[in-house]
Amino acid sequence: MTRTKLLSAATTIAALALATAPAMAQTKFEFWYGLSGDLSERIQEMCGTFNASQADYEIVCVSQDNYEANLQNTIAAFRANKQPTVTQISDGGTLDLMLSGAYIPVRQLMEENGYDIKWDDYFSGIASYYSTSAGELLSMPFNSSTAMFYYNADALKAVGFEGAPQTWEQVEKIARDLKAAGYDCPVAFDPTGTWQWFEQFSAAHNQPIASNGNGFGGLDAVVEFNQGKFVDQLTWIKKMYDEGLFVAKSKAIGETANDAFVNAKCQMSSSSIADHGTFGKQAIEGMHWDVTMLPLWEGTERTNTLVGGASLWTLKGSTAEQYKGAAAFYAFLATPKQAEWWSTVTGYIPVTNTGFKAMTDKGFYSAAPYKGRELAIQSLTATPPTEYTRGVRLGNFGAIRLEVANAMQEVLFNNVPVQQALDAAAERSNAVLRKFEATYPGQALP
Amino acid sequence: MERRAFYQNPVLPWLLLAPQLLLVLVFFYWPTSQALFWAFTLEQPWGGGNTWAGFNNFLYIFGDTRYWATVARSAFYAIAVSAISMCLALTLAMFVDRALKGTRMFQSVFVWPYAIAAPAAGVAFRFIFAPEAGLIGAVNEMWPGIWNPATNGFHALGMVIVCHAWLGIGYNFIFFLAALQMLPKSLSEAGAMDGARPYRRMLDIQLPLIAPTVFFLLIMNLISSFTDSFGLIDVMTEGGPINATEVMVYKLYVDGFKGLDYSGAAAQSIVLMLLVIALTFVQFRWVEKRVHYN
Repeated sequence: MTRTKLLSAATTIAALALATAPAMAQTKFEFWYGLSGDLSERIQEMCGTFNASQADYEIVCVSQDNYEANLQNTIAAFRANKQPTVTQISDGGTLDLMLSGAYIPVRQLMEENGYDIKWDDYFSGIASYYSTSAGELLSMPFNSSTAMFYYNADALKAVGFEGAPQTWEQVEKIARDLKAAGYDCPVAFDPTGTWQWFEQFSAAHNQPIASNGNGFGGLDAVVEFNQGKFVDQLTWIKKMYDEGLFVAKSKAIGETANDAFVNAKCQMSSSSIADHGTFGKQAIEGMHWDVTMLPLWEGTERTNTLVGGASLWTLKGSTAEQYKGAAAFYAFLATPKQAEWWSTVTGYIPVTNTGFKAMTDKGFYSAAPYKGRELAIQSLTATPPTEYTRGVRLGNFGAIRLEVANAMQEVLFNNVPVQQALDAAAERSNAVLRKFEATYPGQALP
Repeated sequence: MERRAFYQNPVLPWLLLAPQLLLVLVFFYWPTSQALFWAFTLEQPWGGGNTWAGFNNFLYIFGDTRYWATVARSAFYAIAVSAISMCLALTLAMFVDRALKGTRMFQSVFVWPYAIAAPAAGVAFRFIFAPEAGLIGAVNEMWPGIWNPATNGFHALGMVIVCHAWLGIGYNFIFFLAALQMLPKSLSEAGAMDGARPYRRMLDIQLPLIAPTVFFLLIMNLISSFTDSFGLIDVMTEGGPINATEVMVYKLYVDGFKGLDYSGAAAQSIVLMLLVIALTFVQFRWVEKRVHYN
């Protein structure tokens, strides 16, 4: 699959190269990203705007389908010295990049190319995720989101529930009522969706994902997801699944949770705020849906959720001219007009305080179809970041996500006891972390 | 008498060999030596350094229960694929060899699956076996939930095995048919005159006579199922659900490219290579010498 992706990427590049051959004076540089579908089209649009806005640089934007594939392909390209100038790396891949020595810190890039960026304008939660412990941003914050809870207001009304579900107790009750009223799929559950069902759940309930403050304290962290509230949460999810109140939906099963939700087949779902724009476009005619913060268990206090999404890393190995182009591109992304466009057509949140304030002042969030998106910011800033909600800084976190996804599926599909499945996943995750630590011996977190 | 050709010029043979040597060097020896190096070190994913690890990578995979589960699964996969594919191909070849009606057409038709690229077949079979929309979906309408390769590991593994076996039928068929047609007709005819039915003749006369082909194909099928399963699995299940279709070659890919554990993957690839070398060795040294009836 990766090979076909690379091939199609190569043909895209070739096609673009042919199409734009006459414009020789421009400096061309590449940007690889890990989004597909509607979001990918928005990025292409954005690249088009950038290219049209100036004559010196031409950005070639190549989709690698998803974050994971983009990280893998970027690494493969980097090893073969064919890397793009700019690549988009997801939240979970941050530490993999930090220790790679393969990048130019964004702050340095912008300073060297004469751009003055107000770095302290970035939301602190976003900045801390992508910064060194000294507070220097290493990558450019780009698409930032957090997990939200979506619900079909029509269906909820039909069983007598007005407003947004705030607690998991309410979700359970609504799901039962929906089932009794003949709805097949009260809640769509993506068994591979560890980001929203595990990581963000843990953050909202202030539960540790790993020791050392989720890894921020050093490479010798161990995972702790098999001890806290997530164990109870997965037990509850299993109970709901067995009763047919949670229905597994994923690409492998034939329909994603998002598709099931926009087609009104499933009445509740959890997904990124980034999908707010897509849902608005794809929801079937006449369907009324809304978004709210992730539900909590009764009697718990909400802590801020984690920044999701990705940031842009500038890789070593390009020419000075190309770096100038990359810097111009970042500056373009940070212009208020562009930032607002991006937040409008997707659901990604503005990444700076002034950006958010400008949009709020314009009344962007007070009316449909954008109403509700401000809840993402509310969720992200519910409390000042705690030790366990400022982010996740674990090496090879993609492999750990895979372990948790496997554990969730083992519990659901193979009836493995929850504690046993999570203990096994934790043991394997710790082995991953130890191997990562040994691969970078003697290195401290930047 | 044996005749031998000699080259006066000592450089010429090497020149003639050069293109092939170059290919082998670039596409086999060089990557193999690289993998060997990584297997004994801890390689940083982005390059830029590695540390000596001795046998740690091997000790780690050999101490990992999931790795052994993968090995057992690969063995089952290889045996099941080879058995199904060879039995069906042999049956088809037997019928075609008996010169029934339409033989000429079937001769070429049965080979077709071999010409299909594994990923393309994977896509087709994934559609056929899709629990909701696919052709098999009908059984789910009669007995809801009885077939679901997306959540049931056994279903998923069975689905991939059937697809892989189907792809191999064409290749096996050609060899079986060629072997059967090489047999002197007189042997079969003599059997028939003594009153042996076709099934008996197959068991007692034809099968023993084509034993070398059977063993050759067995080894080829085993090797192919160890190494060629990658494309199919990647398209059909991506190793899931819950690693239920993760065979050795796929785990290697997942650990190396998805898990960024280059060293662990390199160690696994060395183990897999040794396994294939061992199978090839068995074929050359043992099978080719023993299984002869002339």
